[in-house]
Amino acid sequence: MRILILALTLLLHLSPAHAGKTLDQVRQRAQLVCGVSTGVIGFSSADSQGRWNGLDVDVCRAIAAAVLNDPNKVKYVPLNAQQRFTALQSGEVDLLSRNTTWTLTRDASLGLQFTAITYYDGQGFLVPKKLKVTSAKQLKNAEICVQSGTTTEKNLSDWFKTQGIKIKPVVFEKFEASIKAFFSGRCQAYTTDASALAFIRSKEAPKPDDYVVLPELISKEPLGPVVRRGDDEWFAIVKWVIFALIEAEEYGITQANLEQMKASPDPGIQRLLGSAEDTGKLLGLERDWAARAVKAVGNYGEMFQRNVGSASPLKLPRGVNALWNKGGLMYAPPVR
Amino acid sequence: MSSQGRQNLALQAALAAGLLALLWWLLDVTAANMAERGIRSGFDFLRDPAGFAIGESLLPFDSADSTLWALAAGLANTLRVGLPAIVISTLLGTLIGLGRLSTNLLLRALCAGYVEALRNVPLLLQLLAWYFVVTDLLPLASEALQLAPHVFLSKSGLSLPWFGGDGGLFDLPLRGEMGIAGGAALTPEFLALLLGLSLYTAAYVAETVRAGIQSVPRGQSDAALALGLTRVQLFRLVLLPQALRSIIPPLTNQHLSLTKNASLAVAIGYPDLVSVANTTLNQTGRAAECIALIMAVYLILSLLAAWLSAWLEHRSGRWAQRT
Repeated sequence: MRILILALTLLLHLSPAHAGKTLDQVRQRAQLVCGVSTGVIGFSSADSQGRWNGLDVDVCRAIAAAVLNDPNKVKYVPLNAQQRFTALQSGEVDLLSRNTTWTLTRDASLGLQFTAITYYDGQGFLVPKKLKVTSAKQLKNAEICVQSGTTTEKNLSDWFKTQGIKIKPVVFEKFEASIKAFFSGRCQAYTTDASALAFIRSKEAPKPDDYVVLPELISKEPLGPVVRRGDDEWFAIVKWVIFALIEAEEYGITQANLEQMKASPDPGIQRLLGSAEDTGKLLGLERDWAARAVKAVGNYGEMFQRNVGSASPLKLPRGVNALWNKGGLMYAPPVR
Repeated sequence: MSSQGRQNLALQAALAAGLLALLWWLLDVTAANMAERGIRSGFDFLRDPAGFAIGESLLPFDSADSTLWALAAGLANTLRVGLPAIVISTLLGTLIGLGRLSTNLLLRALCAGYVEALRNVPLLLQLLAWYFVVTDLLPLASEALQLAPHVFLSKSGLSLPWFGGDGGLFDLPLRGEMGIAGGAALTPEFLALLLGLSLYTAAYVAETVRAGIQSVPRGQSDAALALGLTRVQLFRLVLLPQALRSIIPPLTNQHLSLTKNASLAVAIGYPDLVSVANTTLNQTGRAAECIALIMAVYLILSLLAAWLSAWLEHRSGRWAQRT
């Protein structure tokens, strides 16, 4: 059991909390250690050559670029839902970038801190069309397949309780088993984050047209990277690299036009890309920290389109993940 | 006491004290480390509402109940599948073990084939295979097979009338919009786990029984037959009492393995102790505490079983002397 080993690491770590140490450690070993999922398409998954990609992986690459000037100096540690927090607590990873929902319990009691939101998700349902269900409120007495180790189970119970509806969860440890059980007809519905439902319907269903995603989202699932508590310097770096990627989209800075943009007369762009004043030194980084991040992965919009949006197999709409000035929720405090 | 004996005793006491001190130190360091990093620790979360539902439970459980009660429901589910599986695997295993000693060649070969096939395939694969065979073969819940009035069989499992329910003495399963509602259900997860564990363990039990009987010297059977005992008498009065003493300890091991193997339930969606503890771990983030709890529960179960076995061994010894 890997979790046991992780717990033992925690037990045997005799050094005091890593206050202010993560940046030094990352620089010293010239490598960022990033905790990712064991495989969630679009967010973090390894391809047939073992290369990791996805939105969460791009966050790791952007930070490695900003800190080490090389987006490839990242070691990815795949973690399941049970292992993830212990791995971060024990110092096995510098950063947890693994579609993890920001909740009070996690933020306040695990010795961890959420940095910023990289994807606004919500929990939804997938049902077979022939069930003729158009709303989750019709799922009375339904059996619902779900994968364990997520916030999903609690949302499920909360939401149906407020609706006064009884349902039966069938909880599987592995994603594959939960999907197989659902498509064999064991459950009347499958539930997980809406971002994953689209993929499950299009890629895993025997006939995608036989299944439909219900309109309700029953929870808020703000996903984002997590760091250890007590290392404010590192916390600020992770947070501001993400803000810089969002800010870059707002300014229209892309991977392609980055070099031209450096010559832009706009003072905001000059500050962000380090061609005017040095914002990097405030974070303990080099002057061009944000430019390196954009060069590595593009701006937030490009990351989104490539991994989960129109240029990806998931084809998710931007929706609430659009910029604030385009009707979405993505809003970065100004880099100045 | 001789000086040698005193020295040994002192040495052992020192070793025990050292081990306890080491354990204490480890716990202390862990707690201090966790506190320093702002990680909340302790078992206070057991009193908080669980907040998640459990699909099937022997104990009445609601998501507003405490986490401790959720874990108790998980343990009850582990025992609910473990105890019947122990009984089934022991009976089946004994028959197969005897079959392997039969004079009938076909029976002997069949039993040997069973043992080799079942114990050489990993249990997890067997469980998944049983589970997906069960769920693939059965009809959808909306098209459930009616076996008898108010008895339905479908992918949702075997639904039976059961006591209690909202109105009246019996709770009857009925066809609803989402398949079968009401009554008691033996779910495919439960059935697959029970089947998988029983059949797998039976293979090991069979070998234990065969070895136990073969451990009785051949002269005993020859002598008994020479005295004119029938084969049944030979088995009941001569072989079994002597074989039991060598069968019971390894048989206990098999029962213990079975209980621990039941934790594979989580792979096929049965809410056993490990499944519930996993969910709890994730909701609360108390990894060290949840793992410690699971370990403690399995340790207690195993110690209880070992104690029961020692008692049985003692009794079978007395029985062997009496007969």
